[in-house]
Amino acid sequence: MKLMNHLPALTLALPLLAAFATPLIAAVSAKARNRWVTCVSALVTLVVFALLHRVLVHGTQIYVMGAPSWNISLPSGFAIPVRIILEVDAFNALAACAAALAQLAGTIYGLKFVKKFTGLEFYSALFLLLTAGTMGMILTGDLFNFFVFLEISSVASFGLIAFWRDRPESVEASYKYMLVSQLAAQLVLIGLAFIYGRYGVLNMAAFSRAVQPDLISKVVLVFILVALGMKCGAFPMHMWMPDSYAEAPASVTVMLVATSQASLVVLCRFCFSLYGTAIGSAAVPWALIVMGCLSMFGGVSMAVVQHEVKRLMGYHSVSQVGYMLTAFGVGLLALGDAAAMNDYGLAAVSGGLYHMINYILYKGLLFLCAGALYYVAGSRDLDKMGGLARRMPVTSVLFLIAAAAISGLPPFNGFVSKWMIYESVYAVHPILMVVALVSSVLTLASFVKVYQTAFLGPERSQFAAVREVPKSMIAGMAVLAAAILVLSLFPSWTVNTLVRPAAEALVDKASYGAAVMGGAL
Amino acid sequence: MISANLPYFVVVVLFLIGLLGVLLETNMIKIGIAIDVMESAANMFLIVLGFREGGYIPVKFLMPAGTENFVLPTPQALTLTAIVIALATSALMLSLIVVLYRHYGTLDVREIRRLRG
Repeated sequence: MKLMNHLPALTLALPLLAAFATPLIAAVSAKARNRWVTCVSALVTLVVFALLHRVLVHGTQIYVMGAPSWNISLPSGFAIPVRIILEVDAFNALAACAAALAQLAGTIYGLKFVKKFTGLEFYSALFLLLTAGTMGMILTGDLFNFFVFLEISSVASFGLIAFWRDRPESVEASYKYMLVSQLAAQLVLIGLAFIYGRYGVLNMAAFSRAVQPDLISKVVLVFILVALGMKCGAFPMHMWMPDSYAEAPASVTVMLVATSQASLVVLCRFCFSLYGTAIGSAAVPWALIVMGCLSMFGGVSMAVVQHEVKRLMGYHSVSQVGYMLTAFGVGLLALGDAAAMNDYGLAAVSGGLYHMINYILYKGLLFLCAGALYYVAGSRDLDKMGGLARRMPVTSVLFLIAAAAISGLPPFNGFVSKWMIYESVYAVHPILMVVALVSSVLTLASFVKVYQTAFLGPERSQFAAVREVPKSMIAGMAVLAAAILVLSLFPSWTVNTLVRPAAEALVDKASYGAAVMGGAL
Repeated sequence: MISANLPYFVVVVLFLIGLLGVLLETNMIKIGIAIDVMESAANMFLIVLGFREGGYIPVKFLMPAGTENFVLPTPQALTLTAIVIALATSALMLSLIVVLYRHYGTLDVREIRRLRG
């Protein structure tokens, strides 16, 4: 079918065009705006899932913007890769699906959550823009295009974090995030300039063909890794993460989680599909592993002492990113050695990847539950809550699902991905597994604390009038809970049909280049 | 080859000025300026990389007769895009600074610290 060929472009074009149409539609009525954003985000989700299906059945999808072919051919036969392309393989398609679920949940949840505030037409527009930026970062096959989408998603998230601009803390968090992401964006741009100066290409597939393990490539890698490490919240550069996750409205935080993971997706793309064995030394994998372990342990040890529920979850995000970085570092260490790759490398990459998908789903659900607590209790301070399980039975069950998943309790999906990570990092060094296990135990401890103080315990008199949150908020949370349950109930199907092909696509540098460039050149 | 490499030295110096400004300045507006200086460094780097001695843009009616060397104008296109993005983010950053000033009554980042721990 003709339309099916355009799925990658539709994923970006739908939210982008809808974003700018939203203020016009909001002028009609608030109801029209709500219906419009719900329809658009449902449609985006549908398109992304269709894209994943198509990729799994027909293989990597290449989409060239505005032309049938990706290059300019001179009469002499010399071809230059210039056009913007989207390259979608099993890896980005899977990540895009998780991001699509996050934006669907955030949109539905946000209908009621931010209803009593003004400026909602811009809120909706920025939310769609954030969706477009995140999808673009995940799906793009062109380096400069990545920079543009990085900035689109950054600008949209600055606005959304400062949505409650009458609260000084929100604006402060937004300013902090802006400094970090502008610094990161300039580092990315300089890295891209180095790539263009050295190889004359900005096409990711062409770059993966051309890259050599020389000094300039290493300089590029340092710039890109530092920048994307900042954007995904790894330990030394994590300070923006708890602030902005806590201060943004919960419906936005769920999308911010997906956006920061989009940076991690591109970081993995750089390490595995673009550089691969051309990384040249063990320094980069070990840097990732050390950064990962520090984030894992540092994040969770900051989290257990927090009293504000969303800040606590923000610190947990740092810790969860640490798991993925460690797993990807171990995978990178095994790259180029077929025996090690078979033994633990591929398992590490699959584990990291699976954990990334799980993380977007359960972390989003946790933030939505925290938002529900804030909605009814008017406070995020755990010390002021108590006994809410009787009043909000649905929310407390959903919270329990997400908390069990993040703590890695069987049979939830978090258990499977964490198990894959434990097994594979053990092969490199047992201490890595010890750090991961200890962090996991502390995660469980802090979520037991949250559940205990907020939902259990004696009923408080000021919450006597509290009722369950509105149905649309429940529906938003249910989207993510359903996805978690599907992944939890069919673990072997998930690993074999979704995660394994994605991990293989990620580490297969040759076919990533060949999908665009063909066999020649 | 000092003269040929001079633009690169300028890029490095500009970038370091910007980086140090972001890290060491305490006035929010000066931090904003430092970020803009870094953006200029990145843009200048792209432009300098794109320069080729004796090259012409590949537009037929603009080039002198007998021109042999064409330059692909990709770095210039990138720079234009980056400038537009930098303009948008600078405007947004200034507006955030205005809102922060209204809330806190100061431009000093050391006093804008309600988020900690």
